Amino acid sequence: MPTSIKHLSRRKLLAVTAAATAAAVGLAGCSNSSSNPGSAPAAAVSQADIDKAMTTPTTLTFWTWVPNIDKEVALFQAKYPAIKVNVVNAGQGSDAYTKLRTALKAGKGAPDLAQIEYQYIPTFSITKSLVDLRPYGAAANQAKFVDWTWNQVTGPGGEILAYPQDTGPMGMLYRADLFEKYGIGVPKTWDDFAAAARKLHAADPKVYLTDMAANEAAAWHGLMWQAGAKPYTVDGSTVGLAVNDPASKKVADYWGTLAKEGVIATDPDFTDTWFQGFSSGKYATWLTAAWGPVFLSGSAKTTAGKWRAAPLPQWDSAKPASGNWGGSTTAVVKGTQNPIAAAKFAEFLNTDPATASMFNTVQNFFPATKALLADPAFAGQKSAFFGDQPVNELFAGIGGTVDSAWQWPPFLDQSVKDWTETAGTALANKADVAAATDQWQSRLTAYAKDQGFTVQGG
Amino acid sequence: MAVEAHGVRQRPGFHRPGRLAGRGRPPSPAGGPSIRRSFAITTTTSAAPVAAHRRRPRAGQGNRGYVFVAPFLLCFLLLFILPLGYAAYLSLFKDQLVGGTVFVGLENYVRAVKDTQLLGGVLRVAVFFAIQVPIMLVVALGAALAIDSGLLRFANVFRLGIFIPYAVPSVVAALMWGYLYGPDFGPLAQLGDRLGFTAPDLLSGLSMLPSLGNIVTWEFAGYNMIILYAALRTVPADRYEAAAVDGAGAWRTAWHIKIPALRPALLLCLIFSVIGSFQLFAEPNLIQRLAPTVITSSYTPNLYAYSLAFTSQQLNYAAAVSFLLGLVILVVSYAVLFTASRGPRR
Repeated sequence: MPTSIKHLSRRKLLAVTAAATAAAVGLAGCSNSSSNPGSAPAAAVSQADIDKAMTTPTTLTFWTWVPNIDKEVALFQAKYPAIKVNVVNAGQGSDAYTKLRTALKAGKGAPDLAQIEYQYIPTFSITKSLVDLRPYGAAANQAKFVDWTWNQVTGPGGEILAYPQDTGPMGMLYRADLFEKYGIGVPKTWDDFAAAARKLHAADPKVYLTDMAANEAAAWHGLMWQAGAKPYTVDGSTVGLAVNDPASKKVADYWGTLAKEGVIATDPDFTDTWFQGFSSGKYATWLTAAWGPVFLSGSAKTTAGKWRAAPLPQWDSAKPASGNWGGSTTAVVKGTQNPIAAAKFAEFLNTDPATASMFNTVQNFFPATKALLADPAFAGQKSAFFGDQPVNELFAGIGGTVDSAWQWPPFLDQSVKDWTETAGTALANKADVAAATDQWQSRLTAYAKDQGFTVQGG
Repeated sequence: MAVEAHGVRQRPGFHRPGRLAGRGRPPSPAGGPSIRRSFAITTTTSAAPVAAHRRRPRAGQGNRGYVFVAPFLLCFLLLFILPLGYAAYLSLFKDQLVGGTVFVGLENYVRAVKDTQLLGGVLRVAVFFAIQVPIMLVVALGAALAIDSGLLRFANVFRLGIFIPYAVPSVVAALMWGYLYGPDFGPLAQLGDRLGFTAPDLLSGLSMLPSLGNIVTWEFAGYNMIILYAALRTVPADRYEAAAVDGAGAWRTAWHIKIPALRPALLLCLIFSVIGSFQLFAEPNLIQRLAPTVITSSYTPNLYAYSLAFTSQQLNYAAAVSFLLGLVILVVSYAVLFTASRGPRR
């Protein structure tokens, strides 16, 4: 990311790019063809065109699963009464993506905007399904967002493919009462954590230090991220695959060993069993993301006040690191008739201080904007569920330790499926998880080659 | 008691439709297809049947028949043949994330035949069919005979009770059973916890197929029961009379009259079950959330096709897999029909 862009104001940037490509001005706004080139610099849209578009009566369709998002949408419509935003809940996560993919394949029925998680952006950008937001002044917003999130929404050719909405830097929630009862200190390193797992389970065979869900590829990826793994690199039609690189194997071996010893649980997460596990005290920690604290306080009410939060245990305590799990973005979908209005809506929704803060207060999203993360009203919030600990402040700090270089593959669904059927299954069956990552690698490599990619490291 | 059942049977409205149609049918001089014959009969009874005049109306009415089947044919074409043709067309291509779509002929089929994941899924549903279907049909048959015997006190309640699971959407059924099977919170697990034994894990690799079989039996035994029961109601009353005269009790009547009479209906149930078993999808798809490492994406062939199409984005290969699955179902259905028609007739 060129740092100079950070210091340019939006107006200046627009003026520069607009002057450079004056002849093409407006064309991008009217064209609905999919001629937007992948990495070639796109023509900027003039302020006049933007003003015109934002005052022309327009209806935008927005697929999102975010509950009560009409509150944020109402703020946009109050400012731009000409633009009507039609919010459609097309399902959450995979369900929504399947519908979106189907609509895109069919060539009609796709929305103007869609909620897309960070990890799925390459999956949609490989099919050129997302509009590059640079012509609509997106680059000027870079400085507003946490650094690693901006990297996540940036394509291989520098395209800006979405606006970050919320994030999930990973930390550890733990039962302070159980730790105290069994004489366990808060683990600072993964070695501490393993020792604590053995000690706790020996003291009470019904309690596990944590549940490493054998179906949760997303959390696993977050832990790979923390360990410094670089499983995926994407450059156009060339992908580098190394889901069994040394850092990934270190993670696999670590959890595989604990699972084999039976000192951690591997129950599938977000199931009734799992919810019950938190209420009954079966799991003493949850390695989760920044959205986890609010989620847990809603689903394990009976344990209120007993929980505390801490950073993840570290591989190298001198260099604290974390990964990200979850969070999503707003992207403009290729084929929209109103790219200017759509791009401006996505920008407003995620950069306006009022909506950004509303996402935190109404939807309990963990913010992606630096301003809100630093806001004392946000960071200072104390949660009774966590014994009045300022949990937000902790996770805001953790967010700064997330490595920006992490990349996702353009076929994440396949990787998740292959992980579940190799490493995840090995974890559940107390088999050799590190060896299973080799199978993961070979299955994924075969898939990538079959899909026409040039595979490096396969 | 058998006499009571008898009385019920003779109520009007429960006559066998075949008998009505057959009654009064004049011996036809022409040996044409029977459908045509009955068409001619119903319309020409009042007119004096002269051989030369019978030809024309028959031909005209033959065309008119198509008008009646047109709505069905249209739906059949639009909703079945057309998508089928499109899927067949799709299965001849390969769409890559990089490189786009190319015609590959039968490559997808060659690949599918050699695909161990697909083969594993087909074998799994075959085992499922071989074990679950006989159990389900025995349950359905027993229930149908019990209701038909007239010996049940609350036959209507029983009939409704066993049929209701079929009215429950399979999604709801799978969710409900998923809860009942739950390893920590399910009733069995909790009972085990109270009584101090470890309840068997009903969602483990070994017990998954029986657990799914239980759900499917619960869902569809009632459906099959209704088919069998309806078939029982069409058994001519004189056969029961004859059996009663010969001194047959309820059991003997069931064994020697009712079950042989149910042969065609049982065959129908069996064919439905072949299709249902080999296309098993909703139940494993939902239970997958509870046991993600047991129910893999290729656990059943349909699940595999779904995952290929929507997870792996290999729509073309999924189409080929679906076609092969259809072929397998066709072959198994014919095998069932063939063995059944060759079986001993009572």
